[in-house]
Amino acid sequence: MSDTSLPPPERATGAKPSLSRRRFLNLAGIGAGAVAAGGGSALAAPAAGTPDPNIVPVPDWTKTLGAPVNENPYGKPSVFEKDVVRREVTWLTASSQSSVSFTPLYALDSVITPNGLCFVRHHGGQAEIDPDKYRLMIHGLVDKPLVFTLEDLKRMPGRVNRPYFLECAANSGMEWRGAQLNGCQFTHGMIHNLFYTGVPLKTLLDMAGVNPKGKWVLAEGADAAVMTRSIPLEKAMNDCLVAFGMNGEALRPEQGYPVRLVVPGWEGNMWVKWLRRLKIGDQPWQQREETSKYTDLLADGRSRRFTFVMDAKSVVTSPSPQAPLKHKGPNVLSGIAWSGRGTIARVDVSLDGGRNWTTARLDGPATPMSMTRFYLDFDWAGQELMVQSRAMDDTGYVQPTKQELRAIRGTNSIYHNNGIQTWLVRSNGETENVEVG
Amino acid sequence: MWKSAETLLASALLAGALAVSGMAVADPQPAKPAAKAENGKAGTDKARQAVNVAAPAATAPAAAKTIALGRPALPEEIAAWNIDVRADGEGLPPGKGSVKEGEELFLQNCAQCHGEFGEGAGRWPVLAGGRGTLKSERPEKTIGSFWPYASTVYDYVHRAMPFGSNLSLSPDQTYAIVAYLLNLNDLVAEDYVLSKENFPKVDLPNEANFYDDDRETSEKAFWKKNPCMKDCSGEVHVTARAQILNVTPDGDPPKGNLE
Repeated sequence: MSDTSLPPPERATGAKPSLSRRRFLNLAGIGAGAVAAGGGSALAAPAAGTPDPNIVPVPDWTKTLGAPVNENPYGKPSVFEKDVVRREVTWLTASSQSSVSFTPLYALDSVITPNGLCFVRHHGGQAEIDPDKYRLMIHGLVDKPLVFTLEDLKRMPGRVNRPYFLECAANSGMEWRGAQLNGCQFTHGMIHNLFYTGVPLKTLLDMAGVNPKGKWVLAEGADAAVMTRSIPLEKAMNDCLVAFGMNGEALRPEQGYPVRLVVPGWEGNMWVKWLRRLKIGDQPWQQREETSKYTDLLADGRSRRFTFVMDAKSVVTSPSPQAPLKHKGPNVLSGIAWSGRGTIARVDVSLDGGRNWTTARLDGPATPMSMTRFYLDFDWAGQELMVQSRAMDDTGYVQPTKQELRAIRGTNSIYHNNGIQTWLVRSNGETENVEVG
Repeated sequence: MWKSAETLLASALLAGALAVSGMAVADPQPAKPAAKAENGKAGTDKARQAVNVAAPAATAPAAAKTIALGRPALPEEIAAWNIDVRADGEGLPPGKGSVKEGEELFLQNCAQCHGEFGEGAGRWPVLAGGRGTLKSERPEKTIGSFWPYASTVYDYVHRAMPFGSNLSLSPDQTYAIVAYLLNLNDLVAEDYVLSKENFPKVDLPNEANFYDDDRETSEKAFWKKNPCMKDCSGEVHVTARAQILNVTPDGDPPKGNLE
């Protein structure tokens, strides 16, 4: 995300009392009393020998008719899941139209992000495009400049379905200087993972006939930011998609309806939404989003540009600050891992701040440039934990610590923070974003 | 019951069949531009035929060259959307604008967010100043201190600014505003006039300090064969805590300049 620099810690430090218990509970999206491990709560079992009031008498929902089949022609989550929503950090940006909302990773499992919960990053607000009026143009160094309608794209031979993660380059960017936001929704929630339906970009470029001098593709959106990025032709021809479907239905308006670009493994900014134009050229265009933004300032004052790939990364989603431990005894640690360089091969988990590691259990699909779910089943005796996860991909890349990253890059590069996250789990189950050393 | 279900099924199938034949017949896209092209674009007309007539859609295999979908883009259409400007100046439209004109336009259209001198109002981006801060604790990344190419300023101001009424500035107005921004950054004098002709000569100070992604060499150490699994460090202590900052939503946000 471009408009995210870091708030000065010294400004905030000491200005406020530490997070209150009340706030902690609200943030967790759960009722009071559900937190303290073993504490008397609504979730606790009734006293031994007393019948459970949820069994005796028989609950109402078992005795009366429920809602009819088409109560909600487009279904919604249970009312009890109302806190599982995208959230915004309003102080991050000057305008909500050029800003970001965050995926509630702490409440999700498996690897597919529900469409309504996918984080949103706009630079000029959400465009509302009539699909009948949608056009995609290909021009520049091509034999035949072409215009496609949405129907053209949907009739195109060779349609594919592919699962990929989309991670904002600025995901975790607010954490470069230290632990700042309290919840994996905020520290890691600029990511979603979907099945995309669409047409390989290569199909369209081949129809236009790319000139041998063509080396780069400029992708441009139709929203009020008219977002542009230069993409190497090699990548465009390899695995990019022009997508009109997400998780089986049309793209959501906030995800680029009716058409967006899919650039597997590469920073989210390049996945141009409301895609209207693809121009072939012999050099990159040096647009604002690849010069002023999405370049990575290092400690020596120089900057990396065209840092396209998102490196291997992981985070424990539960326990986490918004998903504290509630019970001693058996617990399931759950998390996600991903790599823009390939497939997640292994995830290790530490409960003692990185001193000792256990290889986690991967479950569900582990496919290239897509989210992979991991679990560690563990018994918790109520001791303090320092929970970390460390992803490895099939290129041999191992997710670094934040200290290792800072040693090379300093603290001002904003983007591409894939450092290992630490959660401090206290003896009462409350969990906090910390750094350790 | 059974019979009505059967009827439902039959009508659904019929609707499906109609939809399919409808799609095959109604293909309005090629027709419209063909009529337009008679206004005298013989070249594009030929290209259009090549695309549309290449193969019968119903029986064609999925070979790329024979897909009869899409249609040629007309020169007027390309001109309408082809707004990008490249670092070498390609894409710049004819026109010019002075620092003086730019100052006037900036005060009217830009200063309420970016400040009269590009210093930024509230949390809105700072556009000028910050030279020599890139190695500091708090770098100020402006056009003058950070951006590598003046072409990007022209392109971006035209395409995306003013925020909320983008694509509203004429080429001359855009040249003038860019000239003023260069002046605010002490890169051109007050009597400077920026134009398509002199544009590629404008160099920004930080251009040489960008280099292509080198992670695979500079961060080679992250490709580890066997990461440590046991007794990897000494005693581990908490060194930083998010709760002390207390800036997570649901609390009072801190005030601060966050670009």
